Amino acid sequence: MRNVMAIAGRELRSYFASPIAYVVIGFFALVFGYMYVGVMNWFVQQGMQMGMGGGPQSLNINQQMIRPLLLNMTVVFLLLVPLITMRTYSEEKRSGTIELLLTSPITDLEIVLGKFFGALALYAVMLAVTLIHFGLLFWFGRPEWKPLLTAYLGLLLFGASFISIGLFISSLTKNQIVAGTATFAVFLLLWIVDWIGSSFGPTTESVFKYLSMTGHLDDFIKGVIDTKHLVYYISFIVFGLFLTARSVDTERWRG
Amino acid sequence: MIEVQHLTKRYGAFTAVNDVSFKVERGEILGFLGPNGAGKTTTMRVLTGFIPATSGHAVVAGHDVFEQPLEAKRRTGYLPETPPLYPDMTVGEYLSFVSKIKGVPPKERKARIDQVMRKTYVADMVNRACGKLSKGYRQRVGLAQALIHNPDVLILDEPTAGLDPKQIIETRRLVKELAGDHTIVLSTHILPEVAQTCQRVVIINKGKVVAVDTPANLTGRLRGSEALHVQVDGDPVQVTAALQRVPGVVRVNAAESHDHAGSYEVDSEAGRDVRRDLARAIVGSGFGLLELRPVRMSLEEVFLSLTTEEQPLEEAHA
Repeated sequence: MRNVMAIAGRELRSYFASPIAYVVIGFFALVFGYMYVGVMNWFVQQGMQMGMGGGPQSLNINQQMIRPLLLNMTVVFLLLVPLITMRTYSEEKRSGTIELLLTSPITDLEIVLGKFFGALALYAVMLAVTLIHFGLLFWFGRPEWKPLLTAYLGLLLFGASFISIGLFISSLTKNQIVAGTATFAVFLLLWIVDWIGSSFGPTTESVFKYLSMTGHLDDFIKGVIDTKHLVYYISFIVFGLFLTARSVDTERWRG
Repeated sequence: MIEVQHLTKRYGAFTAVNDVSFKVERGEILGFLGPNGAGKTTTMRVLTGFIPATSGHAVVAGHDVFEQPLEAKRRTGYLPETPPLYPDMTVGEYLSFVSKIKGVPPKERKARIDQVMRKTYVADMVNRACGKLSKGYRQRVGLAQALIHNPDVLILDEPTAGLDPKQIIETRRLVKELAGDHTIVLSTHILPEVAQTCQRVVIINKGKVVAVDTPANLTGRLRGSEALHVQVDGDPVQVTAALQRVPGVVRVNAAESHDHAGSYEVDSEAGRDVRRDLARAIVGSGFGLLELRPVRMSLEEVFLSLTTEEQPLEEAHA
């Protein structure tokens, strides 16, 4: 565990030593801020219309503002997570530092986990930026905090799944651009995998729907922790990390 | 300390290391000599557990590198051909990170880091980013990294490559200083380096070990017989005849002669020292013995003769 922490710490440090962390977090803050303002304007307009209509139903800030905002936010992650993971292994292979890691008295799994938690920590910092925006909502309104908490849990799992796949792809190549592009393509496919399911009949439809990344996130954002979704994300993460460990191992054999 | 038995490494159809066996005793410096692409780096990578061998065994500090990789790695320090530095870390941060993953206990880390920085003369660069170091410093930080957990075995892949002459001398001295506490395997394709630093040499070519010996023995032995260089004052024909009569002499070649003094190359049976008989025969026959010395090949010649395959003439012309 100490080795995992050492490697995760080094990973996180190197994100912040290079411009990557600042660029990724900075642009995330910019885009998310824009979305926030957009959704908030829409929400305020809706509220005013409702008020003028004089209807009894009230707007739910969790349902009508936080939820669409968070679902939109995942699109930004789709673009940014490949930037976080693409260098993890590629860079070590290119510069030869992988030789240091693989000849140290640590297991492949510890290296994989260290890199995973390092990338996840940067992702968490990115998520933490949004605390500012939601903090403002709590200041001026009365959203429920419990669904927001489960939403963050869901987003963490969602990001962790992406990171585990990104790590695996990075472990396959020395070239960062190749790793980044391939990661982005795979993420996008996992995003839209449920588009074509329906044309192959109900069984395939449900399979494809199950594979889709975002479908499992919605319940978390609504405030529901369903084991079905937990199992999906956790098995996804474990599978990704397992593939990465295997890939590092076969790399040794191939030389 | 290190025992390698029948080590073979294949990449697909290509055999990088072919049935290599050798042993290194505790405290010894073993030189790994061979042309580029001979399999030096591959052998070292197998020893350090970076890549597995296709077949064969390697035991480092009492632990098989395939069966107990973590135990073996804990006792091995490794400097790869390019020092594995993270450019964005300072030297201090880097060594601190390496000390963690090499399993140095937290309490000893600071002392160990200070110690290796002093040993490798990098203490003045502690706050410099690794990416901004000169080649010589990179190499030394790489060496510091390999020493940090005080390993029994040090494996250095071309530790002097790319350094300037002064740095080369310093590095060699450093390696020699380290030899007492550590068992060292170093690879190089520079011959004088081996003669100066190593107690024993493994010459490897095309993945095969072609010779294992001390540098002195290698330069001495490599002709099937012992060769002597003799300079004698006297008629060449008579001298040649006299030399050939000495028991144990296989062949006499008149090399050159000016005026009365002639030079001869005398080959004798392997392992038989004919110098005394030779001297007696020359003086007894009334010739003047001007010079008598053993002929040794330089390490360069040894190396070339071992690693160059002479092609038959017909093929060479074809």
